[in-house]
Amino acid sequence: MLGRTANGLYWMFRYIERAENIARLVDAGLRVSLTRAGSSDEDWNGVLESAGVREAYDTVHSELTAANAVDYLLCDRNNPSSVMSCIEAGRNNARMVRTALTRETWEATNEAWIDLKARLSRKWKAADLPELIDVIKHRCGLIRGAFHGSMLRNDLYNFSRIGTFIERADNTSRILDVKYYVLLPSVSQVGSALDNMQWESILRSVSAHRSYGWVYEGEYQSGNIADFLILNGRMPRSLAYCYAKITSNLGYLAEDYGERLKAHETADAIKKTLKPDAIAEIMDQGLHEFLEDFVSRNSQLSAEISEGYRFYQ
Amino acid sequence: MLTTENLPRPPYGTYHDWYASQDTAHLIRKTQDAENIFRKTGITFAVYGHADSSEKLIPFDIIPRIISGREWRKLAQGIEQRVLALNAFLDDIYHKQEIIKAGRIPRQLIENNVAFLPEMIGFKPPGGVYTHIVGTDIVRTGEDQFYVLEDNARTPSGVSYMLENRETMMQMFPELFTLNKVQRVEDYPRLLRQSLASLAPPGCKGRPRVAVLTPGIYNSAYYEHSFLADQMGVELVEGGDLRVIDGKVKMRTTRGYEAIDVLYRRVDDDFLDPLTFRPDSALGVPGIMDVYRSGNITIANAPGTGICDDKAIYSYMPEIVEFYTGRKALLENVPTWRCSEADSLKYVLEHIEELVIKEVHGSGGYGMLVGPTASKKERAEFAEKLAAKPGNYIAQPTLALSTVPIFVNKGIAPRHVDLRPYVLVSDKVKIIPGGLTRVALKQGSLVVNSSQGGGTKDTWVLED
Repeated sequence: MLGRTANGLYWMFRYIERAENIARLVDAGLRVSLTRAGSSDEDWNGVLESAGVREAYDTVHSELTAANAVDYLLCDRNNPSSVMSCIEAGRNNARMVRTALTRETWEATNEAWIDLKARLSRKWKAADLPELIDVIKHRCGLIRGAFHGSMLRNDLYNFSRIGTFIERADNTSRILDVKYYVLLPSVSQVGSALDNMQWESILRSVSAHRSYGWVYEGEYQSGNIADFLILNGRMPRSLAYCYAKITSNLGYLAEDYGERLKAHETADAIKKTLKPDAIAEIMDQGLHEFLEDFVSRNSQLSAEISEGYRFYQ
Repeated sequence: MLTTENLPRPPYGTYHDWYASQDTAHLIRKTQDAENIFRKTGITFAVYGHADSSEKLIPFDIIPRIISGREWRKLAQGIEQRVLALNAFLDDIYHKQEIIKAGRIPRQLIENNVAFLPEMIGFKPPGGVYTHIVGTDIVRTGEDQFYVLEDNARTPSGVSYMLENRETMMQMFPELFTLNKVQRVEDYPRLLRQSLASLAPPGCKGRPRVAVLTPGIYNSAYYEHSFLADQMGVELVEGGDLRVIDGKVKMRTTRGYEAIDVLYRRVDDDFLDPLTFRPDSALGVPGIMDVYRSGNITIANAPGTGICDDKAIYSYMPEIVEFYTGRKALLENVPTWRCSEADSLKYVLEHIEELVIKEVHGSGGYGMLVGPTASKKERAEFAEKLAAKPGNYIAQPTLALSTVPIFVNKGIAPRHVDLRPYVLVSDKVKIIPGGLTRVALKQGSLVVNSSQGGGTKDTWVLED
């Protein structure tokens, strides 16, 4: 398999994952503005920060409004992380690695691009947004479904999965880091309406507001939310889950190729920091510091994978 | 489809009856279905210079063009003869140059031609094959009269449309394939791979490693490159994936560099090797020509084949065929005036309103003048260009091209077509029964190029 093909698959799935995550973030943002009396456009600050585009937003818009923020996140081609840009970049990568994809996976990706490009190029009204966000999630789901249902479980599959989970881990850790202060025990007023709203918003942005209820029996507690999103191995967007997948897929590659690389050591080391009972320790050491460190090690791993598997040279 | 007595021509008999039983509205829906299939699959091409519409569909017509087995056998013989002559010609002009010595072709026409590569002089490609893949453009002007318009011997494109058109027809009208015995085209990718592998360099041990070289996703024919690589089950590589290491061309894989034995390149000669040809090319592989000349890789088609499908050489094809095969050419050449010759130039300028004038190095239907349909002003402007650089042009009469039926919203209408059969050359010549039929969709138009509003249709060769 070509290094460029591994690179294309890796980024194709990173972009598809990112498109879906951005749609979730916008969804959570809209929910907040709906449910909270006196909500302000400033609420979109956090959403833009979670998406990692707060500063870039200012280069395009002079003031922060809900409508501009949503447009920037969903439709704006100037924003390399907008859903529009991600779908296009994902599809371009898919086209580059067309021979590595099953017909089903390619067609799901191509159709997602055709459909979403048309929808995201139109002027939208607030009333269209719920449907638009649903369609984005559906399209991404169809790609994932076609991929799981039809691809051979070989190295192509492993690179695609690694891309998905590096991106997802990055997203989840950023979402937590932007709101880390509301999860600190010292500032939280258990049961206050404000905290409940903030916490629910975090859970919603990873589509975990319902599952949380099942796992932790209802009550929102900051420590539990952090535990759920960082360490719960059953939660498909938690850091622990992502790293279980990353290390197992890297493991298959090592087995296939008969060689362990620096990336394997790094991934194992990161996984060790995500032990199931470590939440108290993490909170004691500082949630923000932990997350910041995680984001940087996660990108370091991405760089080591590109190098080790000759993505670029 | 019909004879002068208004009866269906024999190969169309069964189809004609079937068509008569169809409902027009249903066929309109089928046309839309076909378009959706193409769009969904991403069977698109890029038109350069259009930023917004960077990916386009080639219109597809649902009525097949049908050729009888008898007609096809005759055509195939002519094509085989011509392709063998092309290879013999290339071998000759890069070695002994007997055809020049015999005074049949002027020396300066070869040696001053940009498509002639001095780097190839004295070099014999593996198996002695220069043109592994040829697409011969043919038009019909009468019941038994075929003309060759062009020999595409560099990197003929369009074969993926031949295959996808068939696939689409079988999906949409399966019953037609039980009513008619249509010869298979689906084996093309397998035959192509076999043919390429059989011409691996002599030093290659074990199963030859084949790869397709593409300029990348922004190339107009990228879909075809990925399609062929996928169908053959070989890697699709770009220049950036390849590097010359230890005298071999190797591709960068996730496990390290691995050697390639046969490269089916869809990159022009100019861009193949920046060390030998255009130094600014990022599409090729620095040093690949050295590897080629030392016999460690097969390049298909061989560099320098462009000299044989050049439009200035075209006019000599009857001589070329006769010189190398010892027989008269079975397929006719369109009479051609070489504007570089003073008499011809005079004739062309005097008869500009009757002729089609083409640039010698042009392609894709650009840079040509169709005399009978051009305006007075266009003709006058073209005449100036022609007089300034006569050597750049050839002229041909406008042929009374045959038409075939296409489906339009009101039913059936006649349109002009050409045909590009695909030929694979290894130790034998294989011609895929059928090929790509291109249609000039505009009423009365003679230009079939997809970049100029042409479409395609499935081409059936019947077993009989």
